[in-house]
Amino acid sequence: MRYLPKSPAERQEMLTAIGAKSIEELFETIPEKYRLHDALKLPGPLSEAEVIDYFKQRAGENSLGYTSFLGAGVYQHLRSVITDTILLRGEFLTSYTPYQAEISQGTLQAIFEFQTLMCQLTGQEVANASMYDGSTATTEAVLMAERLAGRGRVLVARSVHPEYREVLRTYAKNSGLHVEEIGYTKSGTVDAASIKSALRDDVAAVVVQSPNFFGVLETLPGIADAAHGVGALLVVAIAEGVSLGAVKPPAEADIVAMEAQSFGLPPSYGGPYAGVIASRDKFVRQMPGRLAGETTDTEGKRGFVLTLATREQHIRREKATSNICTNQALCALAATVHLTLLGKEGLREMAEQNVSKAQFAIGELEKIPGVKRAFDGPFFNEFTLEFPRSVRMINAELLKEQIAGPLALGTAFPELTKHGLVCVTETTPRTEIERFAAAVKNILSNPL
Amino acid sequence: MEKMNDKIKKATRHTNQNEGLIFEKSSPGKRAFELPPLDVPKVDVAKTLGAQHRLDGVQGFPEVSEIEVIRHFTRLSTWNYAIDLGMYPLGSCTMKYNPRVNEFVARLDGIATEHPYQPQELSQGCLKILQLLEKCLLEITGMDCITLQPAAGAQGELTGLLLIRAYLEKQGNARRKVLIPDSAHGTNPATAVIAGYEVQNIKSESHGQIDVDKLRDLVTEDVAALMITNPSTLGIFEERIPEIAEILHAKGALLYMDGANMNALTGVTRPGDLGVDVMHLNLHKTFSTPHGGGGPGAGPVAIKKFFEPFRPVPILVEREGGKLALEQVRPDSIGKVRAFGGNFGVLVRALAYILAYGPGVRQATEDAVLNANYIRKHLEGVYDLPYSLPSMHEVVFSDAKQKRNGVNTMDIAKRLIDYGFHPYTTAFPLIVPGALMIEPTESESKEECDLFIDAMKSIAEEAAATPELVKTAPHTTRVKRLDEVGAARKPVLRWKPASHSKAAD
Amino acid sequence: MAYPANYRYTKEHEWVNAKDGVATIGITDYAQSELGDVVFVELPEAGKKLETGKSFGTVESVKAVSEIYAPVSGEVLEANPALHDKPETINSDPHGAAWMVKIKLSNLAELEKLMDSGAYETYVAAKGKEASA
Repeated sequence: MRYLPKSPAERQEMLTAIGAKSIEELFETIPEKYRLHDALKLPGPLSEAEVIDYFKQRAGENSLGYTSFLGAGVYQHLRSVITDTILLRGEFLTSYTPYQAEISQGTLQAIFEFQTLMCQLTGQEVANASMYDGSTATTEAVLMAERLAGRGRVLVARSVHPEYREVLRTYAKNSGLHVEEIGYTKSGTVDAASIKSALRDDVAAVVVQSPNFFGVLETLPGIADAAHGVGALLVVAIAEGVSLGAVKPPAEADIVAMEAQSFGLPPSYGGPYAGVIASRDKFVRQMPGRLAGETTDTEGKRGFVLTLATREQHIRREKATSNICTNQALCALAATVHLTLLGKEGLREMAEQNVSKAQFAIGELEKIPGVKRAFDGPFFNEFTLEFPRSVRMINAELLKEQIAGPLALGTAFPELTKHGLVCVTETTPRTEIERFAAAVKNILSNPL
Repeated sequence: MEKMNDKIKKATRHTNQNEGLIFEKSSPGKRAFELPPLDVPKVDVAKTLGAQHRLDGVQGFPEVSEIEVIRHFTRLSTWNYAIDLGMYPLGSCTMKYNPRVNEFVARLDGIATEHPYQPQELSQGCLKILQLLEKCLLEITGMDCITLQPAAGAQGELTGLLLIRAYLEKQGNARRKVLIPDSAHGTNPATAVIAGYEVQNIKSESHGQIDVDKLRDLVTEDVAALMITNPSTLGIFEERIPEIAEILHAKGALLYMDGANMNALTGVTRPGDLGVDVMHLNLHKTFSTPHGGGGPGAGPVAIKKFFEPFRPVPILVEREGGKLALEQVRPDSIGKVRAFGGNFGVLVRALAYILAYGPGVRQATEDAVLNANYIRKHLEGVYDLPYSLPSMHEVVFSDAKQKRNGVNTMDIAKRLIDYGFHPYTTAFPLIVPGALMIEPTESESKEECDLFIDAMKSIAEEAAATPELVKTAPHTTRVKRLDEVGAARKPVLRWKPASHSKAAD
Repeated sequence: MAYPANYRYTKEHEWVNAKDGVATIGITDYAQSELGDVVFVELPEAGKKLETGKSFGTVESVKAVSEIYAPVSGEVLEANPALHDKPETINSDPHGAAWMVKIKLSNLAELEKLMDSGAYETYVAAKGKEASA
């Protein structure tokens, strides 16, 4: 087998050196009745070409050739080929967690740069080296707020991604955290008045997302003041990081939980992505996840190490800030390379292109009789439309045109049965936007 | 003083490029990437976003050219050790070869490009991959069903404990405690607490195994589960695991297995047959997906049938005509532990690994156990072996002999770096003071194993004759031992423009 | 380092210096040498009630965290502000400048249960022998 560097003669040599007659002897501690005698029934073995062929066939059974208008937490953005050039270097791809700093300086400096970029993006003072994704980063941010405030109630906007809220519920059930949802207004933003009336000194955190799940930008200052007024923390989740190229960062937030998928990570049917938690320096000891810090060696040279490790599971065990061990380091590296390539101007330009594309798209779609925007709040690259009939039915017709239409919101929001979430990015060609609008118009002009 | 000597055969010093922080190379006006021109009318962004507009982009973001980016990260990469360069004898990490074809298939158009919310009619290829992986992992573990959702082992542990809680709650009593051996990985107790359980430590017996008599006393109807690692973190098979399962089951408690050490079991025995009720796998360990400097991983959880109703959603089902679908609603589900379905890209790589081996995957396990025993045989007598039961895929020594000269496991590990290797796992498991935990994996040739043995023997001699050399190692790296105390006392966790030292190399 | 004769000591290596119903508490030289370089200390705020035997704070080195256990019960009057910026004082002057909290004693009788400096020195010497055995 090509992954095993031993010849039969070498195996024999090694057995002899051990003093064993056969390899079976080395498994004698497993009681006989539990030792398998037959090989496992697994497909294969496949040669390299056959492995590739298997996956190429699967790839052909997916959405190649279709244009997608889906966002909702996972975004199609331009990616440079350079990101993979770097990621595929064996010293990055096949290296271990940088616990042994002297031979991991490449990884550690890259993490330090990632942490810096995340702070610059979010307007916060300190950021960690990654969580699993935006949903778990948001959950961990809430648990962090719970520890900091010493309180058990959390107010979460319904305009936060439904899956993020579901993950929070799963974790909260077992930590004694009491999660309450706050509705949204007709502008598509969280109902700030409801937040204010629900706030008491037993609230640990208020959680909002911006741009929110409907694509609308939330207005943070009022919410921040209200939360801080009762000693609660403001947690802001960000699912579409590219927005930060044109939208003000949530500097009022005490903790930011961001999904970094938009920065050079392909959609990959749900993962792997990378979450980040960014916050204030004074909260750093309650922050979960790895942290790379700058220091010097015995000769005064600059170097980097994992630091404040006493927060983590391998030291703190049951009192750790989180159970996280393996994180999303390689994905964070992809984001670091990507953002370094884009740079200040590139990210700004990308963000501005997204705004222009989305404005163009909504313009085209609103021309269709019966189609109108659901919310009047400002948006970045996603917006919610109300249609005259079920979005599911429209999408079934759109499929015939090789279009993956807007996300139907009715399942997650039963009050929004005729609503769909449309996303366009700098990668969506104008011709496709026009074709999409024409197809919708055509579908709607036909009787049911 | 030149710290390389004739005994160091695997590595040599070489000129190595310096590189500062990318922010230190930044200068306004440099671009590394251009976007295609806008094909729709350009909008006045300031007007559109109003008060929310971020004037002038992200302050401090780097502005460099393409070649600077390439050089920056390439230089950084050369400062790392990696599996592609040589052995990582890290116990319990299973640092095996990361097959490159896995990277190729994960990046295919039609695989990397797929959106998790796209219509299921357009995702049959992805769903077939998930279905096949589920089938393979169930065959390997001997369990009844599985969830591929957890993003890593720790998340798998949490999912497993939440499943236990949900199941017991449905029976009327979630119970309060989880038993965890003192030899366990730190994620075990950390996870139990997050799952809302109290941790009760159970001390290992004199051979480092689970103390079955003590277990019998501790298992009451207040105990939800025992979390066991098998082989143990000492690399020793828990022979009495079927008995352990019976003791737990008799009191309605469950057996959770941390699957980190599956590399000793795959194809040879199956946890499901041994009485395990729920377990997680580490795809970034046993199933070759790359560590990438710390992740991503995946931690699927395999379970016995009675846990099925509680699985996280979505659930993969096969419908009429062989069409695959994801069902989002299950009344008793524990919910979701993360958004979307799982680390699909990692799952693809794991499946590619399994397909390459097929039924012959047992050979990998045999080679892993062979390598570990070969190393153990040659180092017995050189290093103290605190637990002498037969080793499987890893072996744990201690620094007791070398300690007499003031040389500890950390020092030996650092000196091993000069010999061209990554250190083994130091100071774990906690039940062995001064532990040296060594797991070569099946990816190491006899030659690499011999080089490692020679290095370890040489260091033992140095510890006896010239201990200072070992205590002040490493000597040949870009940076020497780093001030971790200073880093923790006054943490500097980001670059800042003015205040930042341009120091360094 | 000598153990001050007028202090009292616990098996968990805390020291108590009681005077006029107020006790100053810290950790001993043995404790700091076991911990290694201290990087962080977490102490309670004034007003917090301490219960004998229960943890009231933590001391962190790079690789470990240790709980600090209340040797006697009482109410915290003051936590040492200097330890926040200079946690290393615990290593250099554990019995003096690195005092951790001052508390108002709630039960003077508890002091009798603690070891005097002689008994503590013997206890620590025995631990030393144990470690090198």
